[in-house]
Amino acid sequence: MIRCKFLVICLSLLGVLLMKVAADAQEMMSVQVKEGHLRATTAHLGKIVATVSYGDRVTVTEERGAWKKVSLSDGKTQGWMHETALSGKRIVLSAGKGDVGTSVSRDEIALAGKGFNREVEDRYRRDNRNLDYTWINRMEEIKVSAPQMDDFIVSGLLPRSGEGGKP
Amino acid sequence: MNRLIWRTAFTSLLFLSMIGCVTVDKVTKVATDVGVATGAISGSQRASIQRGTAAVSKGLEDFTPEQEYYIGRTVGAVVLDRYPALPDEEVNSYVNLLGQTLAQASDVPELFNGYHFLVLDSEDINAFATPGGHIFVTRGLIRCCRTEDQLASVLAHEIGHIQLRHGMGAIEKARTTEALTILAQEGLKTFGSREVSRLTQVFGGVISDITNTMIINGYSRSYEYQADAAAVTILQRVGYNPGALTEMLRVMAKQIKPGGTDFARTHPSPQDRIAQLQESGKAFAGGGTPDIRRKRFARAVGIP
Repeated sequence: MIRCKFLVICLSLLGVLLMKVAADAQEMMSVQVKEGHLRATTAHLGKIVATVSYGDRVTVTEERGAWKKVSLSDGKTQGWMHETALSGKRIVLSAGKGDVGTSVSRDEIALAGKGFNREVEDRYRRDNRNLDYTWINRMEEIKVSAPQMDDFIVSGLLPRSGEGGKP
Repeated sequence: MNRLIWRTAFTSLLFLSMIGCVTVDKVTKVATDVGVATGAISGSQRASIQRGTAAVSKGLEDFTPEQEYYIGRTVGAVVLDRYPALPDEEVNSYVNLLGQTLAQASDVPELFNGYHFLVLDSEDINAFATPGGHIFVTRGLIRCCRTEDQLASVLAHEIGHIQLRHGMGAIEKARTTEALTILAQEGLKTFGSREVSRLTQVFGGVISDITNTMIINGYSRSYEYQADAAAVTILQRVGYNPGALTEMLRVMAKQIKPGGTDFARTHPSPQDRIAQLQESGKAFAGGGTPDIRRKRFARAVGIP
């Protein structure tokens, strides 16, 4: 009986070790922005090859400065993302919470839609009716498209590097 | 007996090698699962041990970018309670185009919901940046700028505050601990109204911590100098005249009213900021702004 227990313990521990080795070979990261883009080049104005959402898991296959080349779960789609759009934690979107989508998994690490979220904001606003969020919402709606920015850079005689982050 | 020692040693070694490479959470989960499988602990004991470990590791975490976004929205609403927005589509579009171009060259080009800019309708010389990427600049501060490059320096300074997480740094430590503790206690379970109410209270405290520092008392001088240095770096990366910040500060020095409740109170004097830039070798001179950028700036901000 003791031997049996010992065997179970050892096998379980070895299992964890092997899992870790597999994880090291291919680093998995989570998208930590509401909407992220995979780009063809390591530049913010690089052509968008795919769009990902908050909590999506990607596999890092290559790194270049502050940029990471990632592939999606389909194994085919690949592109570059800036490191600040990614988190090493698994982000789990708890169902019915937050406003960026729903999905539930068992081995959660970081919880999306928890803590300071839309629900807390709503409650706070109920107690602070003097605060007006109209212009917060409006300013968040102001979008700048890639062609607009590209044109702004070119016509402003600015060098078109488009590289973000530490060089 | 020998066999027991051998087993203990082997198991300990395995454990030690694992602690170096897997999270405590995972180890605890496996260990407790094994404990239940071998009858050493009960199922409910397992749940309790796992919950306790989760709470501890949660305390070491920071706020998620999503939470910073929600903090930012309300900090922004408090700013707008003090200064009204300038409902001018042209100038706001221009400031967003310029600001977002600069943000891409910062060390933190990606935020949960990106960077957004808004002009405030006030003659005060003031600007604010929330942890959620909302950046505000008053008409009065835009009037300290003569060129697009100089306005770029103003916006880049605010982006610098976000990049360096100065706003989040204003939150009292006890408040952070309290918020993370509430989160850790409940884990994945849906919050009841009591927890939401407690969290909302902490949220209010967080908003006060940040807005009191940002709007009333100002950050420390060293934070302002750090944001100035970050601004010059951003200007250089995009290709703007890196001397534009110094130029703008010279104009500001003439326009700022001593005793005012704006930058006059919350920032080191323009002269001190210039001196600091000179000391750190970041006060450049002689860089020019092409006519095209002068013209589009004048057109957007309404200078005849």
